[in-house]
Amino acid sequence: MNLMMLLEMAASGLGDRIAVGSRSNGLTYAQLLNQAQAAARRYRNSGVDAAVLCDESSHAVPITLFGSAWAGVPYVPLNYRLPDDDLLALAGRVGSAVAVTDEANLKRLATVDAVTTVHQSAFLADPAGGHDGGVEPGDWNMDPDNVAVLLFTSGTTGTPKSAILRQRHLVSYILSSVEFMGASEDEATLVSVPPYHIAGVAAMLSSVYTGRRIVQLPRFDPHTWIDTVEAEGITHAMVVPTMLTRIVDALDERGGEPLLGVQALSYGGGKMPRPVIEQALELFPITNFVNAYGLTETSSTIALLGPDEHRIAQYSDEPAEQARLGSVGRPLPGVEVAIRDDDGNDLPAGQVGEIFVRGEQVAGEYREKGSLLDADGWFPTRDGGRIDADGFLFVQGRNDDLIIRGGENISPGEIEDVAVSHPRVRDAAAIGIADREWGEKIVLVAVPNGATPDAAELEDLIRSRLRSSRVPAHIVFVDELPHNDTGKLLRRVLREDYTHLGNDPGD
Amino acid sequence: MVELKAGARFQSTVCTTEVIVVKGAGEVDLTCGGAPMVAAGTGSIDGSPADGAAEGTQLGKRYGNEAGTIEILATKAGDGSLAAGNEALAIAQAKTLPASD
Repeated sequence: MNLMMLLEMAASGLGDRIAVGSRSNGLTYAQLLNQAQAAARRYRNSGVDAAVLCDESSHAVPITLFGSAWAGVPYVPLNYRLPDDDLLALAGRVGSAVAVTDEANLKRLATVDAVTTVHQSAFLADPAGGHDGGVEPGDWNMDPDNVAVLLFTSGTTGTPKSAILRQRHLVSYILSSVEFMGASEDEATLVSVPPYHIAGVAAMLSSVYTGRRIVQLPRFDPHTWIDTVEAEGITHAMVVPTMLTRIVDALDERGGEPLLGVQALSYGGGKMPRPVIEQALELFPITNFVNAYGLTETSSTIALLGPDEHRIAQYSDEPAEQARLGSVGRPLPGVEVAIRDDDGNDLPAGQVGEIFVRGEQVAGEYREKGSLLDADGWFPTRDGGRIDADGFLFVQGRNDDLIIRGGENISPGEIEDVAVSHPRVRDAAAIGIADREWGEKIVLVAVPNGATPDAAELEDLIRSRLRSSRVPAHIVFVDELPHNDTGKLLRRVLREDYTHLGNDPGD
Repeated sequence: MVELKAGARFQSTVCTTEVIVVKGAGEVDLTCGGAPMVAAGTGSIDGSPADGAAEGTQLGKRYGNEAGTIEILATKAGDGSLAAGNEALAIAQAKTLPASD
């Protein structure tokens, strides 16, 4: 198996269709195949161990992704916005590599000996870099265990780990979830997640295989996103929650005129605030919404909540159906999900434990610590969650984020869900702060929706829905919660910001 | 007979068809155009599909048996038709999963 198999099929079935770029001057599948071959020449003839991309989205993304697969070296997209120390530390861990990059990073990466840099424009003008021969049609490595992609996890809880995705994981994901040439010629997908996000990798692969034109938005801005949707005839898009929040605000600013051209809008990569998705369902009244849940280590999506469930939840009076908007839906075909307690026992429907996942697309392996799959192939996601009686999965956040108050494990998600059900709360984060009496106490950081709500009213709401142990000791109102650039909530930052509200056991 | 296993690739010996196994296990008499298929890259095309086994394969289509235990995907199209033992493999229904990325 090799990712190149997907592109070869697309080039053979849809050679003249535009694969990436605008309708007037994009690259066709046949041209993309050609460029990937040229890039493979550069990689193979220069004998490097990896193909790095340290740059925002451009045509270089699919060219380096497929070119590296052809050459048989891992594709390693790096976060080009990282501070110097972090970027250089990651680049230093890659080994010998050719890095396609921008002006600013050309200078930064020049200090890493094993990395040879090439500017994006020079690379796009000549992907082969003057190399000739050494790469022939069909001569890619078909070993399914060949490493396809190395992705650094976002490191919101510690040093980034490099997740290994082998050819078989990514190819299985595509073959089991995407129909070949399933897209019609007028479809186009807007990719606004950066190349170093698993969704950015998956978007290239699934769009190529299904024959849907890729349009890239290098620097996300909600107004540019809306304008691009209209100018490029975008029919499909994937966004992280912070992006949807800003798109919804921007549409609101423009007078709340609904966007009708978008046929399908999927979101994932973090918890979506309930008020935002409800508003989005109004602003995209005929769009098919998909909530996708997945991890870097699982080759992207493992469960999804489909369009029908979204609309049923929007219009239903049934609490169980309305609650589905907070669910990530059901596992993909071929993916198994189980909820287990701390001792590894399977838990019945409704009970909260750790989410475990198994399937062909589940890699669960890191360069630093090897495979985390157990003997039966199950991967512990470190996410807490439960499955309801109808098989819908509810994710309650990272187990590392659990608040331990008075010996009781409290999931921030349950408090946040109740908080945002208040009409004047738009988003909320519950964190644990060191406390002499309780070990940790709960601080709720909330973003008001319009006028600031009364804290006591919010406490009463939480007390009435949950146990009294869940009532925050402090409620703080802020304009915005801290997120990283791919929309993950930075609880670590919040914990630092509000340490002063606790009383450390040592004081 | 060939060993079916997810990810295994086979080629026809009487047409240009190539397939990858999506689902399947164990020894199966996998044929294309009436002739046994061989591991991809190990055979050459000699002759043409037999009568009654020449309906052709389509690029990117999935083919399966009645019991649903075998699913293979055509990665290159050809003139022969696929069979497992005596059973012709038919085009499986397209997946209707919504786009998620």
